[in-house]
Amino acid sequence: MLKYLIPLIIFIVMGVFLAIGLKLNPTEIPSPFIGKPAPAFSAAKLDNPEQKLSPEDLKGKVWLFNVWASWCVSCRAEHPVLNQLAQQHAALIIGLNYKDARDDALNWLNQLGNPYDMSVSDQEGRIGIDWGVYGVPETFVVDKKGVIRHKHTGPVTPETVQQTLLPLIAKLQAE
Amino acid sequence: MKPITLIFLLLLAGVSSAGVEYREFKNPEQQEAYESLTSELRCLVCQNQTIADSNADLAADLRRQVYEMLEKGQSKDEVVKFMTERYGDFVLYKPPFKVKTLLLWLGPVLFFLIGALFVIVLIRRKQTSPKPSLSDEQRQKIRRLLDEGDRS
Repeated sequence: MLKYLIPLIIFIVMGVFLAIGLKLNPTEIPSPFIGKPAPAFSAAKLDNPEQKLSPEDLKGKVWLFNVWASWCVSCRAEHPVLNQLAQQHAALIIGLNYKDARDDALNWLNQLGNPYDMSVSDQEGRIGIDWGVYGVPETFVVDKKGVIRHKHTGPVTPETVQQTLLPLIAKLQAE
Repeated sequence: MKPITLIFLLLLAGVSSAGVEYREFKNPEQQEAYESLTSELRCLVCQNQTIADSNADLAADLRRQVYEMLEKGQSKDEVVKFMTERYGDFVLYKPPFKVKTLLLWLGPVLFFLIGALFVIVLIRRKQTSPKPSLSDEQRQKIRRLLDEGDRS
């Protein structure tokens, strides 16, 4: 009896491991930033490079930090979703225009609509590195104390907004 | 140029890595640190390439970051700390030994031990298993058969 049971158990254990392995998404790297203060920066505003923005200025507010670029195909897919989200005024949406030409970026916002309360530019990708950005688009959710509470890698979809972002924002607004 | 020299140079050209930037180093130690760091850090976009091998934009940015940190006199450990703070342990090709990576490090040893144990048990069992013995009745039958064979 045991003779047949042992191979069966080994088979089941292997099956479970393989099933877990198939479900994992290797492109989604957990951010070590969750629960940590947002990395500081002082970046030029996209529409007015004379002015600067830093996370300090956003203390007391819940904000989304959306990394985008006009050259990024997934950002184009994500854009209408952000536009809709912006209309709900659930939280501030700050854009990080990542490694983009300023004119291209401004054109893009003119043509497709501007969901951002403000965009700052990161032409050399330095702020991106500081935030652990490895693929555009990425979206961080920052709470009133300036702590990163969530990171979404890849384009934000209507499902992500409904199931993850809006409930989280509501919770953070109430804190 | 001799043909053999030319062939040799062409072969060398094939070996050079993808990410080529001109970097000047203050001393050989710094260059060594740069080279070892860029071949230990993972490009997070391509995932199975080091930042030294990758052509991705992010890899180029990370190489620049490594270079600048070394330029400022920061140590290798500080660069590694900077990277893991931002990208997690995943950025390292050689993951650190901790609870989360225990299975990764000890898994192969564990499998080897299980295999070795299995083999030992198998050998022991073979050695201690009793020799097949025959009953008296069987012995007599064999004797009979052999005798019959001799006669014919």
